Amino acid sequence: MASIFEFANPKRFMTLSGAILPWLTVICVLSLAAGLYLGFAAPPDYQQGTTVKIMFIHVPAAWVAMMCYGLMAIASLLGLVNRHPLADVAAKTAAPLGAMFTALALITGSLWGKPMWGAYWVWDARLTSFLLLLFLYLGYIALWNAIEDETRAARVTAILALVGVVNLPIIEFSVEWWNTLHQGESIIRSGGPLIAGVFLWPLGLMAVGYTTLFFTLWMIRIRTEILERRARALMLEAA
Amino acid sequence: MESFFAMGKYAAYVWPAYGVSLLGLGLAVVFTMSAYARAKRQLKALEAGE
Repeated sequence: MASIFEFANPKRFMTLSGAILPWLTVICVLSLAAGLYLGFAAPPDYQQGTTVKIMFIHVPAAWVAMMCYGLMAIASLLGLVNRHPLADVAAKTAAPLGAMFTALALITGSLWGKPMWGAYWVWDARLTSFLLLLFLYLGYIALWNAIEDETRAARVTAILALVGVVNLPIIEFSVEWWNTLHQGESIIRSGGPLIAGVFLWPLGLMAVGYTTLFFTLWMIRIRTEILERRARALMLEAA
Repeated sequence: MESFFAMGKYAAYVWPAYGVSLLGLGLAVVFTMSAYARAKRQLKALEAGE
């Protein structure tokens, strides 16, 4: 069986990702198109009105932002413990994407908050911990750029990524642990989702679209880094 | 059609949310693809130079 460690071989990664990428792109485009169509065709919510349409892009962005951090942390751990160079590359290339999805979740959330809560921003536990996620990503990127030696940069940033993992359960359970203005879990819960199918379908499709877009871009960014490293090795050889 | 763009009375929130998301995701795609193309070109030039 192909393990994650076989995937971690750069050459095999190029072959495998090259085979997966076209399919991933197709799934991404189709689910985004269907999600947008169903999202705009959906009726206004009886409480949120048409602002429910913001949910179709807010929730997927927030989900990908958190998933990306989890993946970045796993890659960091593999890089630290198993010294897989590709794991370092995977962690490094995920961070800018994660920061972008986090920013989108924050901005779309605040554009929903203004008409629904009356404020673009409140310092409740969910919003604050999510803002911290953005700072973790930005700090991680800044740290990568600050350390010149690549091996050392990978180690130091990996430790930062692992420390920051504590924030993930805080984000996830903030709506239960504290009395937040942000609503509680309404999709994956015992007793089934609290959302009507007419909203759940576009939300689900957009979530698939955002997730596959993330993996598509992540794979291409890893491929880019592999090519750049190969080029650097060639230049050193020639010099 | 007009009511579609009006988004109830929430056009000022719904459309910026979609606009910003399109911009953010679009920039991520453009940056990722241009860096990829650049890396491919560079490697090809190096390999051809040998």
